[in-house]
Amino acid sequence: MPHLTRLAVAIGAAALTLTSLGAQAATLRIDNGAEPGTLDPQRSSGVWETRIIREMFETLVSYGPEGELVPGLAERWEMSGAGDALTLYLREEAQWSDGEPITADDALYSLRRLLRPEIAAHNAQLYYPIEGARAVNIGEAEPESLGVEVLDEHTLRIHFEKPTAWFMQALAMPEAAPLPEHYLTEQGERWIEPGQTPVSGPFALEQWQPQGHITLAKNTAYYAADSVALDEAIFYPLEDANTALTRYRAGGLDISYSGVPGQQFEWIEENLSDALQVGPMVASYFYMFNMADDSPFSDVRVREALNLASRREVITEQLLGMGQIPSYWFVPRATSGGTQGEMAFADMPMDERLERARQLLAEAGYGPDNPLEVELRYNTLDDHRRIAVAIAAMWQPLGVEVTLNNSEAATHYANVNEGNFELARYGMVATIDDPYDFLNAFSNGGTAARSTGYENAEYDALVARSDAILDAEERAVVLTDAQQLLLDDYALLPLYDYVNLALVSPSVSGWHNTPLDVHPLRYITLEE
Amino acid sequence: MLTYIAKRLAMAIPTLLIVITLSFFLMRMAPGGPFDGERQLPPEIEANLMAAYHMDEPLWQQYLRYMGNLAQGDFGPSFVYKDFSVSDLLLQGFPVSLQLGALAIVLALLLGIPMGVFAALKRNTALDYTLMGVALGGIAVPNFVIAPLMALFFGIVLGWLPVGGWNGGALPNLVLPVVALAIQQIAYIARMMRASMIEVLGSHFIRTARAKGLTEREVIMRHALRPAMLPILSYLGPAIAGIITGSVVIEQIFSLPGIGRYFVQGALNRDYTLVMGTVVFYGVLIVLMNLIVDLLYSLFDPQIRYDD
Repeated sequence: MPHLTRLAVAIGAAALTLTSLGAQAATLRIDNGAEPGTLDPQRSSGVWETRIIREMFETLVSYGPEGELVPGLAERWEMSGAGDALTLYLREEAQWSDGEPITADDALYSLRRLLRPEIAAHNAQLYYPIEGARAVNIGEAEPESLGVEVLDEHTLRIHFEKPTAWFMQALAMPEAAPLPEHYLTEQGERWIEPGQTPVSGPFALEQWQPQGHITLAKNTAYYAADSVALDEAIFYPLEDANTALTRYRAGGLDISYSGVPGQQFEWIEENLSDALQVGPMVASYFYMFNMADDSPFSDVRVREALNLASRREVITEQLLGMGQIPSYWFVPRATSGGTQGEMAFADMPMDERLERARQLLAEAGYGPDNPLEVELRYNTLDDHRRIAVAIAAMWQPLGVEVTLNNSEAATHYANVNEGNFELARYGMVATIDDPYDFLNAFSNGGTAARSTGYENAEYDALVARSDAILDAEERAVVLTDAQQLLLDDYALLPLYDYVNLALVSPSVSGWHNTPLDVHPLRYITLEE
Repeated sequence: MLTYIAKRLAMAIPTLLIVITLSFFLMRMAPGGPFDGERQLPPEIEANLMAAYHMDEPLWQQYLRYMGNLAQGDFGPSFVYKDFSVSDLLLQGFPVSLQLGALAIVLALLLGIPMGVFAALKRNTALDYTLMGVALGGIAVPNFVIAPLMALFFGIVLGWLPVGGWNGGALPNLVLPVVALAIQQIAYIARMMRASMIEVLGSHFIRTARAKGLTEREVIMRHALRPAMLPILSYLGPAIAGIITGSVVIEQIFSLPGIGRYFVQGALNRDYTLVMGTVVFYGVLIVLMNLIVDLLYSLFDPQIRYDD
């Protein structure tokens, strides 16, 4: 009997210890906005994937708490004077969560895999500056021919076809993170397994229930594990903004990336002001003109007239009212790199703008007898519809007749990609924090140039040149010139810069609003 | 009976083949594809993606490839959820949807049948009007209105129940979604039961039963209830198949990891393999449920027999 009593006491004590340990574990609960399609860094494509992947696989160059570039698995690097080679020195103490060392071979393996055509990495083009990368990616050369060499166990050298100012940003992308070659070669392509996959970042994948939750647990083998305060992070794929808000209010979330529904913004501002986070984002909302020869928008006067008559402040302040920034430019103002430039009429009074718009349309041959008829396409979403209706109303005084045409996203983007539109709503969110990401879209061979038919050799030359200028100030001037050229051509109709919106509980500290929407968990702490 | 079942199952194969074939080509006829998103892809990358998913092959070849894999039980990889095969996704989500759906159906039967019976027995009284009024409300108010209101009231105002999440199927997490799912079914079943009961109560064999001197209770329980349930039984086949394959609305509002959302998201994302997977899965369930209902008929209606 005494034995039994002792056993009971021991079990009780153990249970108490476990309970108290459980209570102390710092678990951050995050609404991730959507279910990740993959946690393979090189197959991912959305922020709801990279947000988790970044915690598992540390990049050579990483992001600091405020979104600045900081050393990651590479503790330092050197760019050659001519900008044609980059040498990276990896941390010698870094190891995979299974205890294997992280080596330059892992980094080489990752870059080769990233460019293999069958991996079909969405952002592979960001790595085309590496010698031979494009040829590998289109299947014309073997991955072994890629211009990357291992100098010793912890030193890697990347050779470039031409100097590229933004390449460090590309190295900070999750797809360029070193991968555990020893595990991947053993497992094959199904290598993301909860509790199994070796990771290099501060957190490891512990559980994944599709559409339910993803649990990351602290990786004790991480080189800076001592500075990581959180024990666990749980990501919920809440897609509905109202659901996320309700869950936040019920105390079920510490951070919500989708919980700010437009219709409830005022209520949130009043009642959850200590949690609401609004900050500039590197993302642009604009309308695209189809500038093909038979389109009315091949005439720059028509494009300018519609730009003149669009009252951006009405849209950002009265229709949306969540802090969006009315834009008279293409490259969002939150982008690093100091690109300036805006449409010439930005400061002109509205009466004068309308007068000039009328005059331009008349010169282009449109008037009461021959009104300009336009079809405006947008993807189905309430805000897009409201904006389109408002824009149509703003153009009415000019005699412009707008037909609205909405379709669900896949159809809409297919139409845009094929150039099957007159005027189309578009949004562009930065992949890397650099003006190149935006401006390149309208340059020769860029995606927007293909859809819209925009051509300007001088613009193409400026964008291409900006790429190779390594001096930041000099580069900003060239980029500003390029953007000004695009705006003087009225090649698009910009409406506003997006904002990042989130609910962050006051008990979370170390979370900062960053333009690229990255918030490394290793800097976050949770107060009781 | 076994021959009958075997015959029915054999007949289902051509039906499923037609459904699969039609869905395959209809899905491909829809404009846009799985890689048409806000971020336009450069031509090199798009070409790589098309090749990786065999979408650069002629459509007939893709169809044959799909059917070949399907014959081996392979639904293929999802285009969007790349770390999972379609079978993984359906098998992991189905237990959740099944549990929710089964509980909702049981709740609906437990409440709907008595409501219908009482309303029929007290026809044109205040009780009848009240019950049927409530049922009509259940049909008229959609669950995307009821569910968030319930979450707000019971989750935030009263703080009694969690507003969402699965939590391994814990009872408190089940209550709101099950009730929200069941409300409409309760209403349908109650109204159907009332109409059917009224019809049965007016038939000759009930008059005979009453003439034998049976109490009203015996008449209802022994003679009226079973035949009155027949329309409910026919309704239940497709209804169960529908409800246990999940509801996109309920799953999103209560953030539950079921398979309901795949039906909608798969189509919107042009996730061809996922859409085909849900079509096959749902098709097989409908066939099975209808077969089970037909077999159950013989229990409820003595005139029906499946003799070998």
